[in-house]
Amino acid sequence: MKKIIAVAAMAAMVVSMTACGSKAADTGAEATAEAVAATEAATQTAETTEAATENVAANGTLIMATNAEFPPYEYREGDQIVGIDAEIAQAIADELGMELQIEDMQFDSIIAAVQTGKADIGVAGMTVTEDRLQAVSFSDSYTQAAQVIIVKGDSAVATPDDLKGKTVGVQLGTTGDIYAEDIEDVTIDRYNKGFEAVQALLQDKVDAVIIDREPANVFIEENEGLKVLDEEFTVEDYAICMAKDNTDLLDKVNTALASLKESGKLDEIKAKYITAE
Amino acid sequence: MNNFIDAFYLNFIKDERWKYITGGLKTTLTVTFFAVIMGIVLGFLVGVIRSTYDKTGKLKILNALCNVYLTIIRGTPVVVQLLITYFVIFGSVNINKVVVAVIAFGVNSGAYVAEIIRSGIMSVDNGQFEAGRSIGFTYGQTMIHIILPQAFKNVLPALANEFIVLLKETSVAGYIALEDLTKGGDIIRSRTFNAFMPLIGVAIIYLLMVMIFSYFVKCLERRLRNSEH
Repeated sequence: MKKIIAVAAMAAMVVSMTACGSKAADTGAEATAEAVAATEAATQTAETTEAATENVAANGTLIMATNAEFPPYEYREGDQIVGIDAEIAQAIADELGMELQIEDMQFDSIIAAVQTGKADIGVAGMTVTEDRLQAVSFSDSYTQAAQVIIVKGDSAVATPDDLKGKTVGVQLGTTGDIYAEDIEDVTIDRYNKGFEAVQALLQDKVDAVIIDREPANVFIEENEGLKVLDEEFTVEDYAICMAKDNTDLLDKVNTALASLKESGKLDEIKAKYITAE
Repeated sequence: MNNFIDAFYLNFIKDERWKYITGGLKTTLTVTFFAVIMGIVLGFLVGVIRSTYDKTGKLKILNALCNVYLTIIRGTPVVVQLLITYFVIFGSVNINKVVVAVIAFGVNSGAYVAEIIRSGIMSVDNGQFEAGRSIGFTYGQTMIHIILPQAFKNVLPALANEFIVLLKETSVAGYIALEDLTKGGDIIRSRTFNAFMPLIGVAIIYLLMVMIFSYFVKCLERRLRNSEH
């Protein structure tokens, strides 16, 4: 008898569990449906983004998307996001008479955020590439940067050509990641953060790390036994990205950048964060 | 419709991007398969030790050790455990990341499986146990021949649930730069800046895997139930 009761209780539990399960599944399906609807809505409203952004401008807020894990371009200091990009964006916002609001997100989400109008501009040490130009438009370049190679002090890798057949650590979605694919027989370890790739290098999990010059300098300063190779992996232009149809904002940003360049404010900001060279 | 085809081409066909998905799927399946096996072995051992202590009061020290293991594993997130395994425990050795993931997820799953097994053993009526002992079985024999078969049947739904959770949990393997299914989708996303196709594609593959697995579990449950008559 006891056994029957136990079995019945178990069955009841299983049934009730399944019930909960299916309810959760329903909610999940609804959520997906909503997400799909949202995506569609986003695509439809893409054409009206311009108008929407103008409204934002009228409110006096410029929303900047960035990934604040990329010193010295953007990083957190206390509860503030600081760095070259943050200050340049602030200067642009000042020029335009707007208030700057910084949204911190994953690097690979920035372009999507700008496309869907969740942010007005993406300033994240972002290199202009062919693929990205298909998705967004870019302002004039505000600085030049290079992808460099970090290795351990005693490494046999001396030039970019030596990376053939090696394991290279990169940050997912960065230009280092994309260009590293062109190296022959290379194994690419794509970490979510740049510093994790460097940590893997320190632990001999990768042979080299390809990353932007400025963060590279910070990393080798803070970790003993690492060096940056003299020969750059690539040289590239950093620019601010915006939604493709938002030509109005593009003009405004370019004008603001030009006046910042002229007044010397741009160099002042860069010099403040980049002490070397 | 043309948009859809274009997006599909861009995300999966162009530059052979589908290889990120198939390669990732292979990694996900490998990690899940070996982690499940490790989870069962670990969980079984710990579960039996714990329920032996509950029933007989023996194995006091082992039980205490198992308790520490359960507390730590169930008290911390699996992502943190994975990162600790990769960057701290195997910090000074260059080890295959698949192995790291199998160990991290296997050890994690073992803790949950242990509690499932223990609940299964405890759910079998004590009379069964006494019956086994009175016909001259040792404790071990009673366990193996009488208690565990019944316990297994009772916990099968919970075990299946744990494996479904494990399969989906491996999606955080990307944290240690392991290219599993989710990371494969993420890599495509970072190249095409298109959220819909890679994410929905990856979601559908996970869903299909879970549905197929659930179907087999259902078949197994039906067979086990048939043997009751």
